[in-house]
Amino acid sequence: MDALKTATLALALALTPAAHAAGKGKTQAGPDPKIQALAAKFIEQSFLPGEGQDLSRLQQDDTLKACNQYRDQPPEKVAAEINARERATIKYPEGGKLMGDWKNGEKLYAAGFGMRIGRIEPDRPERQKGGNGGNCYACHAADPKEVAFGTIGPSLMHYGKLRGASEEMVKYTYEKIYNPQAYTACSQMPRMGHNGILRPEQIADIVAYLLSPESPVNK
Amino acid sequence: MRGALSCRQLAGVVLLAPALALGQELKTADEYRAALQDKFANPGNLVVERGERLFKEKRGPKNASLEQCDFGKGPGVLKGAFAELPRYFKDTDRVEDLESRLLTCMVRLQGFTPEELKKKLFADQRANEPNTDLEALAAYVAVQSDGMKLNPPMKHPKEREMRAVGEVLFHTRIGPMDFSCSTCHGQDGKRIRLQELGNYAGNRADAQKTMRTWPTYRVSHGLLRNMQHRLWDCMWQMRLPDVDYGSPMVVALISYLADRGRGAVLDIPGIKR
Ligand code: HEC
Ligand code: HEC
Repeated sequence: MDALKTATLALALALTPAAHAAGKGKTQAGPDPKIQALAAKFIEQSFLPGEGQDLSRLQQDDTLKACNQYRDQPPEKVAAEINARERATIKYPEGGKLMGDWKNGEKLYAAGFGMRIGRIEPDRPERQKGGNGGNCYACHAADPKEVAFGTIGPSLMHYGKLRGASEEMVKYTYEKIYNPQAYTACSQMPRMGHNGILRPEQIADIVAYLLSPESPVNK
Repeated sequence: MRGALSCRQLAGVVLLAPALALGQELKTADEYRAALQDKFANPGNLVVERGERLFKEKRGPKNASLEQCDFGKGPGVLKGAFAELPRYFKDTDRVEDLESRLLTCMVRLQGFTPEELKKKLFADQRANEPNTDLEALAAYVAVQSDGMKLNPPMKHPKEREMRAVGEVLFHTRIGPMDFSCSTCHGQDGKRIRLQELGNYAGNRADAQKTMRTWPTYRVSHGLLRNMQHRLWDCMWQMRLPDVDYGSPMVVALISYLADRGRGAVLDIPGIKR
């Protein structure tokens, strides 16, 4: 029942242009500007520069700034701005094929490595032969046989079986993974495509893993 | 206690071995704790002992011990000091947590330079390294507050400011994963894979449960870890550059967490996955 409800909701989200924000409840005013300024200063002062580090990662784009300002509960107008700005970032694979190879998608869904930096314990390059992992199991269930799944995001078990693989559904799933904030402002899910964690072709492989009737997700 | 291991601790370590071998099957922190009812069996005690020796030894260019270090309750008073950290220190005119205060004393009393002290902050579990001197020292000081209630002062305006900044930082999304601390620690009953996450922002009991057990022996590392390491670890998972030891961001976050955990009865060294 719950899964069905989520499915319907997701489709509604996919098909309506209205703004949606991740946070529930009342929108709060931003924190004290003096404290906020100190927080920004602390970030600037607290990370090590030099070899193996990358201080450019501390930059927040306009969307993160807005989410931080409102603690992930932006008012409707700001949420709509975020949705529009993030939607404009979405890129599609060459040739436009949004359903790729589910078997590769399965690997990417589970793989958790990539992008860890610093001098203490950076990711070893040899573990990243195919690029970064998507680390989806950190937050979402999928294959009914996998018990080590996180719960920050909704369960995606039987995702395709419950919702079908219509053209809209394929497009929604691809776009949602590429940039969840195109639909849900300040979503807690990383902007996988936009932030360069996954390439468009890899996202298409994961879409196939979630939607294909052959995939274990839908067994 | 003095220098050599007590019989009780040696016995504890031997008794613990089978429990640790079961490590993979014991999944939650609670299960670990249940397996380790005898506090003396915590292998972290060996590190604490080493910390005590190092603390009392004359070291550094000034050939001095740390016995006159003031952790907030007067020079040389260790009992209950950690339970009231972070706090504002007049002599440095800033808020310091346990580990940053330790650095201050090692520089001022013993004459070390911050650069040499920070050269190796954490032992590398992958290389089977033993705990660093800093880790051992911090653990020794912390354990002198075992059984006491966590009670960071929050009286001085700078203490309150630090906590407020910590709260903002806790909710600040930053880095290529768009994570903030509250992404993972901002809702009740969530987990990453199988690891349970506390809701520190919304649930005082979760903050207390966590804050009462640090420094902690991490079975998966085979090492005693402190809060500086835990927060470095979470920020590493956020794909950020290495956060500096005792940096304002870490002290602010620890101030926030310690205030959220206020009232928890310390049970240290803790033990967890
Ligand atoms: C940090 C946790 C996190 C990670 C990692 C994560 N997600 Fe999500 N995801 C969420 C949350 C929270 C939501 C619900 C809010 C929203 O819709 O944006 C969500 C929503 C979704 C949805 C929409 C579900 C629906 O009901 O319509 C899909 C599809 C999805 N995620 C796929 C993925 C995939 C694939 C990956 C890996 C590449 C992934 N997620 C990684 C947290 C995460
Ligand atoms: C991507 C998810 C994630 C983010 C973001 C994150 N953490 Fe964590 N945190 C974890 C996990 C996983 C653990 C380990 C839990 C376990 O071992 O059971 C943990 C453990 C902790 C602990 C120790 C918990 C205990 O009971 O021992 C503290 C304290 C903590 N995190 C604070 C923070 C702070 C502060 C931030 C922001 C700088 C942060 N975390 C960001 C996932 C995260």
